[in-house]
Amino acid sequence: MFNEPHPDEVRVISQRFGIPNSASIDTYLAHEGYVGFMKAAEMTPEQIIEELKVSSLRGRGGAGFPTGLKWSFIPRDNPKPKYVVVNADESEPGTCKDRLLIQNDPHQLIEGCMIAARTIGCKLGYIYIRGEYRYLIDIMDKALEEAYAHGYLGKNIRGTGIDFDLYTHTGAGAYECGEESALLESLEGKRGVPRIRPPFPAVSGLYASPTVLNNVETFCAVPAVLRMGGQAYADLGTPKNGGTRMLCVSGHVNKPGVYEVPLGFSMQKMIYDVCGGIRGGKKLKAVIPGGSSSPVLRADECDFPMDYDNYARMKTMAGSGGMMVMDEDTDIVKVALRTMRFYAHESCGWCIPCREGTTWLRKILTRMDEGTGRRADIDLIYELAKNMLGRTFCPLGDAAAMPTIGFVEKFRDEFEARLRENVMPVTSPDQLIAIG
Amino acid sequence: MSTPTAAPPTVVNFSVDGRQLSAPPGTLLIDACKRAGIEIPAFCYYEGYSLQAACRMCLVEVEKMPKLQTACTLPVSEGMIVRSETEQIHKARKGTLEFLLTNHPLDCPVCDKGGECELQDMVFRYGAGESRFTEVKHHEPERQWSPVVFYDPARCILCYRCVRACNEGMGVGALGVGNRGVYSEIVPNMVDHLECDECGACIDICPVGALTSNTYRYKTRPWEMQHVGTICTHCSNGCKTTLGVRNDEIVRGNNRDRSGINGEFLCIKGRYGFDFAQHEERVTAPMIRINGKLEAVSWSKALGFVAEKFKSVSASGGTFGVVAGTHLTNEELFYLQKFTRAGLKSSNIDHIRSGDFVTLLDAVSGNLESLATTDDLYQTKAALVIGSDLSQQHPLLAFQLRADVRHHNASIYTVTPGPVREANYSKTSVISPVGQELEALAGLSEQLKGEKEVVILFGDSIKGQKVRDLVAWASELGIPVKYVCLVDYSNSRGAMDMGAMPDLLAGYAVDPHPGLSLGQMLNHDGLDVLWVAGENPLRHTALASTKAFVVTQTMFLDETAQRADVVFPSASAYEKNGTATNVTGQVQRLKAAVRTMGAKTDLEIFGLIAKEMGLAAEIGVWTHDVVFKEIHKSVRGYNVPLPILITGGAAATNPVNGKVAVDVRVDEIRSAGDTLFTSGELGRYSKLLTSVPEFPGALYKR
Amino acid sequence: MTFTAETEQKLQTIWGRYPEGRKRSAVIPMLMYAQDEAGQVTQEIIAEVAKRCEVTPLQVEEVVGYYSMLNKQKMGKHHVQVCTNIACLLMGGEELWQHAVKRLGIGHKQVTADGLISLEEVECAGACSWAPCVVDGFEYHHHMTFEKLDQLLDSIQKKVQ
Repeated sequence: MFNEPHPDEVRVISQRFGIPNSASIDTYLAHEGYVGFMKAAEMTPEQIIEELKVSSLRGRGGAGFPTGLKWSFIPRDNPKPKYVVVNADESEPGTCKDRLLIQNDPHQLIEGCMIAARTIGCKLGYIYIRGEYRYLIDIMDKALEEAYAHGYLGKNIRGTGIDFDLYTHTGAGAYECGEESALLESLEGKRGVPRIRPPFPAVSGLYASPTVLNNVETFCAVPAVLRMGGQAYADLGTPKNGGTRMLCVSGHVNKPGVYEVPLGFSMQKMIYDVCGGIRGGKKLKAVIPGGSSSPVLRADECDFPMDYDNYARMKTMAGSGGMMVMDEDTDIVKVALRTMRFYAHESCGWCIPCREGTTWLRKILTRMDEGTGRRADIDLIYELAKNMLGRTFCPLGDAAAMPTIGFVEKFRDEFEARLRENVMPVTSPDQLIAIG
Repeated sequence: MSTPTAAPPTVVNFSVDGRQLSAPPGTLLIDACKRAGIEIPAFCYYEGYSLQAACRMCLVEVEKMPKLQTACTLPVSEGMIVRSETEQIHKARKGTLEFLLTNHPLDCPVCDKGGECELQDMVFRYGAGESRFTEVKHHEPERQWSPVVFYDPARCILCYRCVRACNEGMGVGALGVGNRGVYSEIVPNMVDHLECDECGACIDICPVGALTSNTYRYKTRPWEMQHVGTICTHCSNGCKTTLGVRNDEIVRGNNRDRSGINGEFLCIKGRYGFDFAQHEERVTAPMIRINGKLEAVSWSKALGFVAEKFKSVSASGGTFGVVAGTHLTNEELFYLQKFTRAGLKSSNIDHIRSGDFVTLLDAVSGNLESLATTDDLYQTKAALVIGSDLSQQHPLLAFQLRADVRHHNASIYTVTPGPVREANYSKTSVISPVGQELEALAGLSEQLKGEKEVVILFGDSIKGQKVRDLVAWASELGIPVKYVCLVDYSNSRGAMDMGAMPDLLAGYAVDPHPGLSLGQMLNHDGLDVLWVAGENPLRHTALASTKAFVVTQTMFLDETAQRADVVFPSASAYEKNGTATNVTGQVQRLKAAVRTMGAKTDLEIFGLIAKEMGLAAEIGVWTHDVVFKEIHKSVRGYNVPLPILITGGAAATNPVNGKVAVDVRVDEIRSAGDTLFTSGELGRYSKLLTSVPEFPGALYKR
Repeated sequence: MTFTAETEQKLQTIWGRYPEGRKRSAVIPMLMYAQDEAGQVTQEIIAEVAKRCEVTPLQVEEVVGYYSMLNKQKMGKHHVQVCTNIACLLMGGEELWQHAVKRLGIGHKQVTADGLISLEEVECAGACSWAPCVVDGFEYHHHMTFEKLDQLLDSIQKKVQ
C-alpha cells in the first residue's frame, strides 16, 4: 500500500489491500478467496461467459475489448491444448497498478486465471511479468506454491476434476512485449515482434493454439464478477462500462496514488477531491489520461465522467489508466520529447514507418527542445505523425503518433515559443550563417 | 431428406480500381493483382517465402475496412472492393519511402546495386522528389562476413528477405535479426562472420545494396555487362546461371531472371564457381612432349602429329582407349563416340561413372512414367533419399524438396550413412551404414504404403543388383514410383545417353561388339593410345601401358597432362554452345559467354583431328547444331520439342523403352563425393571455392 | 558450462515449466537468471542456453540484442536505474539522473572504475504514483530526492568498506 485509501473509492479488486499479510493464502481464504472459482466449477463455460458479458467488463490493459466476448472466441472443440496467459508486462508510462495487484493480492490473480482455465478447458497457463518486476515474480512464485500446497492448483483442484498448472515467466525489458502477439512471441523465446493478425490469439495464440490473453487487472476482476454476479458488477459503473478500475494518478497532484473508482467517475473529482488538487497551489495545465499513448487533454477538457466511451468522445482513450497530471509550469515540449524518446527506444524495428518515424520525430523534437527548431519543424512533426498513423504493423506506431499530434495541436504556442528564432532572435546578418 | 451442401466456390470475384477480377479462393490480393497486371509495390513480400507485412508499401484501401490493409496478407474475398491508386495511397507510399530514406545512405554512385536497385525503382515511381530530413543519419560501418558476403547495415532496409532465403529456402538459417528499433540489423550465425553454404542467395535476393558479393564489388555497372544465360558446369543438377560478362570476362553469375529449372536457386558453384575458367594456368596452346618436356607447338603440328599416330595405330589393329569427360556437351559426347566407333573402329570408349542409371533403365523398362524431373521433386507428395547428402551433393534437388515441404507439406524420408540436413524437416530419417540400405527400407515400407506416390533418389551405394532389388521393393508399395539415379557432374547423364560407354550405343542400344571399360583401359598394358577429352583419369591411377600414346584435351596441366604426349587446350563449358542433360534427364542449351585465347572447344578439336585423319565424311560435320540435329533424330529420348530448347527451356528426355541387357561393371561406379565446396577437377582451380573457410566441407555432418 | 547450485536449480525449474518440444520458451528466463550470476550474457551462456533449449546460438543471439535488460557488457555489482519517463520527469527525474551522473562521473550504461556501480537511464519502471523512482538491481526506491539518492549510493559504497 503506498497511498491512503479515499472514501470515494469503491474497492472491489483492491479490497484486501492493507490487510496484514494480504498476500498469503490464509488471508485470501478468510476474505472470500477462491469462492468465485468454486462457483465457476459448478457453472458451464457458457454461463460464465454470459456472466462476463452482462458485467460489461472490458480489458483493463489499454484496448478495452469486452472480456466476455473475447473469451467466447475460443473454439472449444479445437483439439489443440488451450492456454491462459496473463499480461503483466505493465510498461505503459504512467501505469503502476498491476504491480500493486500482484504485490498485495496475488491469489486474486491466480483465481481469475483458474476461472478462465475452467471456462475454456485449459490446463496450462503463464503469467508473463516484466523483467524489472523481479520482486513481484518472487511474491507470485510464493503464492503459486501456496496454491499448489493447498490444492488450488495442479490436478483435480479441490475435487472439482479440473486440472490447471500456472507458472510465472519473466520478460527482459521490452515495452512492445505488452502488445499481446509480441508477448506471445516473447513467451515462445523469440524477439518481441508482433504477429500478423488474423489469426488472433483466441484461435492461434501461444504455440499456435487457442489462448485467452488478458491484463492482470482484467483477470483480477473476474472472481468478483462471479461472486457478486455480472449485473451487480455492471451496475457499479455506467451502461456498457461496468465495474471499477484502478486509476494510477501521478504528477503534480498533492496525493498521487492508485485509486479504485467506478467507471464513470468524474475526472474533476479525481484531481481535486481524491488527489487533493494541484500541489503548491498551482493551476492545472494538462492531463495525459490513460498512459503515454493517449492524446493529452487541456485543463479545460478535464471535466467528464471517466469511462471508455467518454474518453473516446474526448478524442483520447481510457488506455491503461495511467493519469499524469501537469501543472502550469510544465514544459510540454520536454514532455513531448521524452514521450518520443520512449517510443523510439521501444520500437521493435519491424516495420518502416514506426522504426524510422519515431527516430526522426525524436531527432526533430530534440532540436526543438534544444532551441534549434525551425518554423517548418512544427508542421513537419504533425505531418510525420500523420504519416505513421494507421500505417504501422502494430498499434505502437499509433501510440507514438497520436500523442504527438495531440501535443502539437493543443499546445502549438509552446512549440512556437521554442523555435530558434524566438529562443535566439537574429540581431545580425552573421548569425544567419550559423543557423543554416 | 437432407439438403445437399453447396460445393465450395472455385473462383472469387472482386474488383480493384474499378476492374472486375477473379482468382481462386485463398489467393493473396497482391498476387491476384500481379496476375492481372496491377502492380502493388512491396519490398518484404516475396513469393515462396513466409509473409512479413513489414515494409508497409503494399497498403491499399478496402471498402468496409476502416484501416488500410496490406495486400500481401489479405486473401481475396467475394465482392471485395479494392482501391490502390487513391491520393491517400499515393501519400502513404511516398511517406513510407521518405521514412526509409531517412537513414539510407546516398551511396548510389558507388553502390553495386545502382541500376538494378528496387529502392531506386520504387522511389522513382512512388517517392517524393525531395526529402525533408535534415537530421544526422544513424550509421554503422560495413562488415565483411565471409570471403563472399559483405553486409552494410546503413543500406539495409530490413525487408528480411535474406533471413527467409537462408532459413526457409536453403534450410541453413545462418542469418538472423539483432538489436531493436532503428538499431536493428541482420546478424550472422557466428556473431561476426558466417559459416554457411556461401551460396550467395542472400546477396541476390537483397533488393538494395546491403548485401554485396566480394567477387563482384565495385567491378562494373549492370548495364555495362552482357548477360548470357547458360547451364552451370559443375554438378549434375543443371541449374541455369546467367553470367554477367564485361570485356570478355565473367564478372558474376546469378539467376535473378528466374529462368531455367532452378528459379532463383544457385549454390556457391553456380554463382561464384566460374572463376576456374579464368585461372591464369589455363593451357593456351597445343603442346607436344619433346625430349620429355611439354613444348608449345602450332595447332597444325599437334593435329598432324596426333592424326599420324592414330592412323598408324588404326592400320596396325592397335588398341585405342577413349575417355570422355562428364562436363562435355551432348554434341561432343555423341561425336566422340561416333569417332571412336565409326572412325577408329573401336568400342573402347567410357567415362567416369558415378551412378548406375543403366541398371535402373533395365529394371523399369516399359514404364514410361518412371523417371522424375526437377518439377516432380517440387510437386510430389513424398520423396525418399537413399545414400546421398542431398543438400551438399545435389543442392538444387534438395532445394526443390525443401520447397515441396514448405509449400505442399510433402513427406521426406531419408536413409543415409550419416546425419543430413533433410532430417530437420523429414518425416523419418534413418541412419544406415553403406550396404545396409535395403534392410533399412524394409522398415519404412508401412509408412510409404500410406503415401500417395513417391520419388526415390538413390546414390552410388545402390548399384547393380541392388538397383533391381530397390525397384522390386518399391513396386510392392502399391503406389506410383518415380526414380532419380544420382550422378555427379553436369553431363554425367548425357555421357550415358550419348553412348560414351563400351557396351551401349547412343540411346542404350546394345553394342554388338563391346569394348574395354575405363578401368580395363587403364589396366591394359598393351594399350596403344589413350585419348582423353575433358577428364583427368590418371589423377589417382597410373597408366599400366608404358608404351601408350596419350593425348589429352584439357584446361589445365593436370596429372593426365603430365603423362601426355600431346596436350590440346580445350574450352570450358562456359565457352561452348551445345546442350547438356542433367541428372533428371532434362536437356538444356549451353550458350558461350566468353572465349579463352588459344583454347578450342572439344568438339572443334575432335572435328579437326577427324579432318586430319581424312575421316570427316565418315564421322560427319562437327558443328554443334548439325550434331544436335542428328542426336534429335536418332538418339532415343531426344526427340524433344525444339522450341523449348531454343528458347532456353528444359526439355525432358525419356530413354525408357525395353530392356538394356548388359553386364554393368559395378566396381567402376563410384561417386566422387563432392561437397558444396569441391567440384572434381574444376574445383581445384576455383580460387573462390578453395578460399572459403568452409572448404573442403564434409558429407553427412548435417 | 556449470553454474552455481542455486542457479542450476533455478534453470532446471524454469526448463520444466514448458511442454515437450516447446523448450525455446525457456530461453529468456534462463538468460536472465544466468546473467544474475555472471553479471553479463557471455558467449558461453549463449551457447549453453541454446543447447538446453534446443535452438541455435544465432536464435539466442537474436534475443539478447532485442531485450534491454540483457547485457553483453558487464554491469556494476549494483546496477542503478533512474527513471526519467513522463511521470518521473514531472517530479524531477531528469535532475536526479544528472545528479547521479555528476556524482559518479559515469554515464548511461557505464560502470565505475571499481566495478561497483553502473548507471542506466531507464524507461517507465512502474512507480509513477510514487515518483521519482530509482531501482537498484531489482530493488525499488520511491519518492527519491537528491538526499535519498546520495544516501542510497553512500550505503552501496559503504558496504564495500
